[in-house]
Amino acid sequence: MKELALHILDIAENSLRAGASRIDIEIVEDPAEDTVRVAITDDGRGMDEETLKKALDPFFTTKDVRKVGMGLSLLRQAARRTGGDLRVQSRPGEGTAVTAEFVRSHIDRQPLGDMASTITAVLLQNPAIELRYHHAIGADGFTFDTSQVRSVLDGVPLSDPEVLQFIGNLIRERQQLT
Amino acid sequence: MAKLTIEELRRIRDEAKRSRTLREGEGKARITVHMGTCGIASGAREVMNALLGAIDEHGIQDVLVTTSGCAGLCSHEPMATVEYRDTPPVKYAKLTPESIVRVLLEHADKGAIVREHALAIGSEKMS
Repeated sequence: MKELALHILDIAENSLRAGASRIDIEIVEDPAEDTVRVAITDDGRGMDEETLKKALDPFFTTKDVRKVGMGLSLLRQAARRTGGDLRVQSRPGEGTAVTAEFVRSHIDRQPLGDMASTITAVLLQNPAIELRYHHAIGADGFTFDTSQVRSVLDGVPLSDPEVLQFIGNLIRERQQLT
Repeated sequence: MAKLTIEELRRIRDEAKRSRTLREGEGKARITVHMGTCGIASGAREVMNALLGAIDEHGIQDVLVTTSGCAGLCSHEPMATVEYRDTPPVKYAKLTPESIVRVLLEHADKGAIVREHALAIGSEKMS
């Protein structure tokens, strides 16, 4: 993966497949501590202890089309490459939280990348999802929440092409200001 | 770029409500972009962006876009499946932002399979 945003899309796909109705994506960059913390939290069906233990094994998957499951292990590898690590917390019926921590200035730390496209790709797949995206760098930051646009849209789905474009541009603009 | 204001969002909402009648119903075709780890790593998100951009640009109303996970043919990603009216689904492989637009305009919009990007056509050879 070339960007952290692609890892985030990949993990959010897991949340969607787990039947989540809420996804919370948080990126906190701390220049003073030299860290980037990426957290994806959902209210999907979660995993039991047994499944959770195997979740980081690239040769484990719950799907039957192939024998490998690379998503989480790739993100862990990306975090560890920089001196960081990955943590997964989960409870059956409650949801899953994936937290990856990176050393911000490490040469191998992938750039954040196109978060706007990642968010719109998630919304296209499940226009009914409640999604909150927060990005902070030091004391600056912004939050996008689907409830902000949904209250204006009055039933028009978030997957409408023009709505998606609006949301993408909104996130792109705020990202530049951060 | 249009202004990113609530007024603009309201305008989009009203326009979407007006044109919704056109979008209702089955649509003539459905494009499913594969968004597994393999697809994402090989460029599925960019393929999806190009597809949505072209649908908007060409004002295509009756082609539905959805996504799916990994189909088990990871080395052929990015892939997409096109279902046009009552014809069998066709899988396209190793797509780019350029080739997906061709698949949209020729197959999903007009029903003509884009042969050079299709994963497989015909039966296997015996040797």
